[in-house]
Amino acid sequence: MPEIRNYTLNFGPQHPSAHGVLRLVLELDGETVERADPHIGLLHRATEKLAESKPYNQSIPYMDRLDYISMMCNEHGYVLALEKMLGIAAPERAQYIRVMFDEITRVLNHVFWLGAHALDIGAMTVFLYAFREREDLMDVYEAVSGARLHAAYYRPGGVYRDLPDSMAKYEASKWHSQKEVDRLNENRQGSLLDFIEDFTRRFPTYIDEYETLLTDNRIWKQRTVGIGVVSPERALQMGFTGPMLRGSGIEWDLRKKQPYAVYDKVDFDIPVGTNGDCYDRYLVRVEEMRQSNRIIKQCVDWLRNNPGPVMLDDHKHVPPKREEMKGNMESLIHHFKLFTEGYSLPEGEVYTAVEHPKGEFGIYLVSDGANKPYRLKIRSPGFAHLASLDEMTRGHMIADVVAIIGTQDIVFGEIDR
Amino acid sequence: MSKAVEALSARIQARFSDSVAAHTAFNEVTVEVPAEQLLSVGQALRDEEEFSFQELLDVCGVDLLTYGETEWDTVSASCTGFSRGVDRPHKVKTPPQDGHRFAVIYHLLSIKNNQRVRLKVMLDEAHLVVDSVVDLWASADWYEREAFDLFGVMFKGHPDLRRLLTDYGFIGHPFRKDFPLQGNVEMRYDSEKRRVVYEPVSIELRTLVPRVIRAEHPVKSVTEGEG
Repeated sequence: MPEIRNYTLNFGPQHPSAHGVLRLVLELDGETVERADPHIGLLHRATEKLAESKPYNQSIPYMDRLDYISMMCNEHGYVLALEKMLGIAAPERAQYIRVMFDEITRVLNHVFWLGAHALDIGAMTVFLYAFREREDLMDVYEAVSGARLHAAYYRPGGVYRDLPDSMAKYEASKWHSQKEVDRLNENRQGSLLDFIEDFTRRFPTYIDEYETLLTDNRIWKQRTVGIGVVSPERALQMGFTGPMLRGSGIEWDLRKKQPYAVYDKVDFDIPVGTNGDCYDRYLVRVEEMRQSNRIIKQCVDWLRNNPGPVMLDDHKHVPPKREEMKGNMESLIHHFKLFTEGYSLPEGEVYTAVEHPKGEFGIYLVSDGANKPYRLKIRSPGFAHLASLDEMTRGHMIADVVAIIGTQDIVFGEIDR
Repeated sequence: MSKAVEALSARIQARFSDSVAAHTAFNEVTVEVPAEQLLSVGQALRDEEEFSFQELLDVCGVDLLTYGETEWDTVSASCTGFSRGVDRPHKVKTPPQDGHRFAVIYHLLSIKNNQRVRLKVMLDEAHLVVDSVVDLWASADWYEREAFDLFGVMFKGHPDLRRLLTDYGFIGHPFRKDFPLQGNVEMRYDSEKRRVVYEPVSIELRTLVPRVIRAEHPVKSVTEGEG
């Protein structure tokens, strides 16, 4: 009888369900995974080292490129660290705008995650549905910052500019008739807030659509129920945060427990799983989308009724308006100093964390009093989750590896940094 | 919040007496732990009821080699006009801990008490070794590999201390302050040799904005809300 040996399989780095550039060395016994050894770093861009050579504000766009499907949440973590050290706080309207966009970002992230996760384990339709909703939300990003993905919208001291009064509209072309364009522009007649409100009215039915396709789907359940089970104790040991931790039944959400911005003024619930398997994490994330929708609605209502500044009037840290610069010498000097040298932070170290769609996104900042960070460490949630892949996949079939990568919501921009 | 932070700092100081130094800044607790006591302090912080820091969120290295160095003299440069190239660095401040080049930072979270604490271990360049906390918190595994990769800190007792983020066969520890930002080698495909070749890097580092330390920081609370 021939000797039976384990064999080693190389998965990725160019594999459609590796969610980016993940190279996985799998030791297999038949189809059962004995050991998984993720090789990461193929997208390592040394963001933290680059930040050390730039004034503080110039690193904000780098934050977008960390987790490139939840851009504004990354920015939020970074600007909170700067604001904490500077001892400033954004005006209330800016904080509501930030919360609204954090939640829009959460929806963007979860919708993308759901589509990709379902696609990985064989459900094509959800992916197409998911991108329909992402389109609307990326238009919202574009309306407010000019960029559909890498917004660089949050600044220390507020947000870059106030919400626009009108939405961009489609124009008739060879490919789109006037009638079609009129239909597409129907909900774009009012301001950005009208458009977002219209979205929040439509979105719950969209979530119902995803759920009809998946929640009671026999194949979906066979692929996710009982797969990648993590007990609450192990989840804490392995440094899980966000939906991964809540899926294991631990009620922990920084938005509730250590509220930042105006999360203490909005009303929402934290969904928690019970079994800690892929299916529970799916349910948690779907419910989070509903809760995000609730928060967005509350923010829209508040923002409608409370106009005001969205940026501090403190020109040591915030550039003055172009208009002021033309007629005021002091503003001109402030502008010159901010754009040639930036501002200095006091000496010291801070750690700030936000509830990112994937978990706790932390910024550890060491300053020696200069206009550039001395050391910036980004605590990305996905890093700890991927580190546990070995433990989560051990003993599962090789097809379940894909389900587990999916449930961890891996994005390589933040893991490799 | 602030009172709880002060209290936590005092409790930690009282529990470990003189062996550690706890202080608060920016509403956060930092505990300096000598390298040889890291495991015992970590164990107590994790297991004892009043601390219960069950979760290790982050481990990272810090290289203090160029702490407090600037590229511009802010006092004299202001009166000599515009011809101000970047001076090679000179120190205006010394690091808070003299003599130690490296620090390893641990961020702990207690879900039970809703508190955070930061542990700081100072290390000498000559003896860059610290005990691995992988047995206390499993999440330390990759974080320690990362710190080893980027800073060259050795973690004693780590089961699998390999490089994590840098390329296979990479030389050096890129996040050390004496490692140039543009790197040492660059890579391209050589069509004659029909393989990828490594060459000394050809780009030069340009400083667009010099590093400046101002004597005074005009920091003041401008609007409502805590600082």
